[in-house]
Amino acid sequence: MIRDALGQERAGWLTLHAIAVFAFLYLPIVVLIVYSFNGDGVGGFPPRNVTFDWYRQLAQDTPLWDSVLNSLLVALAAMAISIGLGLPAALALDRVNFPGKSLFRRLVLLPLILPGIITGLSLLMLVVLIGLKLSLLTIILGHGTALISVATTEIFAGLQKAERAQEEASLDLGASYGQTFWRITLPNLKLPVIGAALLIFTLSMDEIAVSFFLIGRDNTLPLEIWSRLRRGMTPEINAISTIIFLFSLALIVLWYRLRMGNGENTADTVATATKEAA
Amino acid sequence: MYSRAYKLAVSLPPVAWVLLFLLTPYLLLFLYSFWTVTPAQQIVHTWSLQNYIELLRVPVYLQVLWRSMRIAASVTLLSLLLGFPLAYYVSFHAGSKKDLLYLLVIIPLWVSYLVRAYAWKTILGSDGVLNTLLQYLHITHHPQGYLLYSPLAVVLTLTHIYTPFTFLPIYAALEHIPRKLVEASHDLGATPTQTFWRVIVPLSVPGLVAGATFSFVLSLGDFLAPLLVGGPSGVMISNIVVGLFGAAYNWPLGAAISACMMILVLALLFATGRLEKKWSFT
Amino acid sequence: MGTKPIVESSAAGGGAKASPKTLLSVRSVAKRFANNIVLRDVNLDVAEGEFLSILGESGSGKTTLLRLTAGFERCDSGEIWMAGERLDPLPPYKRLVNTVFQNYALFPHLSVFDNVAFGLRVKKSPAIEVKGRVEQALAMVKMSSFANSSPAKISGGQQQRVALARALVNRPKLLLLDEPLSALDANLRRQMQMELKALQREIGIAFVFVTHDQDEAMTMSDRIALLRAGELEQVATPREIYARPATTYTAQFIGQTNLLHAHVTAGMAECAGMRWSTDEPDGPVTFSVRPESIVVATGTHGDGFVRFRAKVLSQLFQGAAELLQVETTSGYRLKVRTSSGKTEAAELELAFAAASAVSVRETQA
Repeated sequence: MIRDALGQERAGWLTLHAIAVFAFLYLPIVVLIVYSFNGDGVGGFPPRNVTFDWYRQLAQDTPLWDSVLNSLLVALAAMAISIGLGLPAALALDRVNFPGKSLFRRLVLLPLILPGIITGLSLLMLVVLIGLKLSLLTIILGHGTALISVATTEIFAGLQKAERAQEEASLDLGASYGQTFWRITLPNLKLPVIGAALLIFTLSMDEIAVSFFLIGRDNTLPLEIWSRLRRGMTPEINAISTIIFLFSLALIVLWYRLRMGNGENTADTVATATKEAA
Repeated sequence: MYSRAYKLAVSLPPVAWVLLFLLTPYLLLFLYSFWTVTPAQQIVHTWSLQNYIELLRVPVYLQVLWRSMRIAASVTLLSLLLGFPLAYYVSFHAGSKKDLLYLLVIIPLWVSYLVRAYAWKTILGSDGVLNTLLQYLHITHHPQGYLLYSPLAVVLTLTHIYTPFTFLPIYAALEHIPRKLVEASHDLGATPTQTFWRVIVPLSVPGLVAGATFSFVLSLGDFLAPLLVGGPSGVMISNIVVGLFGAAYNWPLGAAISACMMILVLALLFATGRLEKKWSFT
Repeated sequence: MGTKPIVESSAAGGGAKASPKTLLSVRSVAKRFANNIVLRDVNLDVAEGEFLSILGESGSGKTTLLRLTAGFERCDSGEIWMAGERLDPLPPYKRLVNTVFQNYALFPHLSVFDNVAFGLRVKKSPAIEVKGRVEQALAMVKMSSFANSSPAKISGGQQQRVALARALVNRPKLLLLDEPLSALDANLRRQMQMELKALQREIGIAFVFVTHDQDEAMTMSDRIALLRAGELEQVATPREIYARPATTYTAQFIGQTNLLHAHVTAGMAECAGMRWSTDEPDGPVTFSVRPESIVVATGTHGDGFVRFRAKVLSQLFQGAAELLQVETTSGYRLKVRTSSGKTEAAELELAFAAASAVSVRETQA
């Protein structure tokens, strides 16, 4: 970029602003982490008595770990559904002109841009109509359906980049559609699929709004934390929050490495999804 | 190039699923809004506009809706004020650190919503970090009770959560602006400030609109932040809906409010979609 | 690294102007990017009103030189002066220099009219003046009827004209053009070359034109500055650079040539059995002989000509001429260009004037 005297001067204010925004974004999280080691519990200043007590308490908290297990189960199942349907959907969007195509595109994106409560309530109504009991299964249904478009968007972008000629070459050499799919198309989509899987996993693990209405007896992790929050704040929650933060951090770095390795402009994909919404 | 069987195999399952588990539920929501409920908590399946009339007649609904829109608007404005200059900085002034900074902005996005909302609760409470810090520094002498459990807290929390959301499409739009255009502008005599307003801002409108829409819509329908940090004065429209599906048991009325929200949001998305297309040059 | 490039005739051509003043002065400019030295010690003067081409291969540094003049990059060392004042500390928006970009860089959100008006509007020119000057500029490039079009809707050639108008409307002292014709197809390109040249003569502004196409440079320029690996190889008018290339690189880059590695003893050069008289000092000397200087020998080719026999290896029809590959009896391969039409002979007697053998310096690697 152009570096002249005037440009640098302007960049001064801009830099300050940027630092301020980063501070705004990260300080609350930093506070949380710091206080998870605070012997005096939540709040208060300054933090005193560094301790691992809350983490110890956390380790023995069985209901919490049950909910973690539930969340993992849901996330994996949701991944399966979303990708299992998102992959053919991406292929269809790329190659087939079916009736109602643009309607489908918008419809599948709705769960991401409508407030979660609307999607959650709508699914609740369906579940009640069918007569299904609220359980982890209904949550899986909710997550899986809502996150299809995440898979579709990522895989569609991957398809755009892939060479159509490779598939044509395969068919030309005598392979059937099925063989071409398994040997050529799918391997080319490895990276987008993995990227989508990571995203879906994280979104599912953190999902509350839709899950709120579809919950049965067993809680997912966010809902378990939520119910405790309603009862009162405990430093244990700081501890689990810190762990969640570190875990998410690891996941996103992994996801980012994956995307950059694929040579794609991350900003584009997310923005395409946003644009396509309207 | 693709056989009929292939085309059917890839399009049928997703379309069928989406029709069944996405379209149908949304339609059901609409349907429900035209039904009513008896005092004995039985759903009456007769069609009527009673719920909608109720919404217009009883002032609290419109009041809360209006408050929700004000909160959403505040969040949107703040997110833009925070997010746009940041996106501009990362895109045009960050040089080699660009990727790292981008990552740093989206990391909070991936950190649990609850975690972030809870963090604000910790900070803003009467015994919270901010209050005790202020007292420790002798800036105040009593806990400032209005920080938590207020619309202000809701706005702060939601801004914190949605600023990265707003950042993303703005950043994408800025990245799409060919740098040669900036050079051409300078070449023709425009200072960096003039270039910013005459070239960069017009070309980032689609991103700004997308980001603003995102944060407005999601803030409007949020019910978690108000429950955590909003208190009675920070109740938003979705909280009313949650109540109607819970203790206040009136599913049809709740559905009606939700349907209204949905129509409002879809209309907004449609309008901003047109706007985005009109301003899409790159 | 020694010898300086041969800069001949600091006077610009282009018409009978009395001692043209120097407009732009590039003095000992050097520029590097990371570990890459792109420009080393470049010295160049551009006269007012002249059409100067900076010619070079990709990587020669020609675009960088242009960008330094426009202000998009800073020199690592050296200075650039314009009209008696230092140019290089100034940001691009303070320089009275305008650029026509390679891919035009038209603002997509503005109409053609607004694009052209941009430079005037940022200087807060009154609307009436803007209207007048923009219309004049558009008429000059024959794009008046497209004033309200959007850049996305017009062709490449039309965009190029708009880019030109946008730059010229500001009446810069110097116009920089960064390979503006490279995206056009051959016919359109030739047409635009002539239009640009005529336009430049009409307006009288100095043009600095960057290109990798030597034909283009030869057609349009008053002078050519040949850049190689960050240094100027030769700066001269097209005729001079063609007739008297300074180095082997120049001789081969501009037009085609035959390089004769001869040995001079007592005023006689000898190479591959051919001998001719020369002023060069004793020792090994390389001579450049253009293919069109070699003709089929007839009786008139006596003193002052070098005659030799050669086997015809191949013929290439090039429209206006034939290009023959021949081999002398001692195995030396030469290119011969003749307009005599297709030859059926397997062997020819050829001749070239001794005067057309120009001595050239070996280019330092």
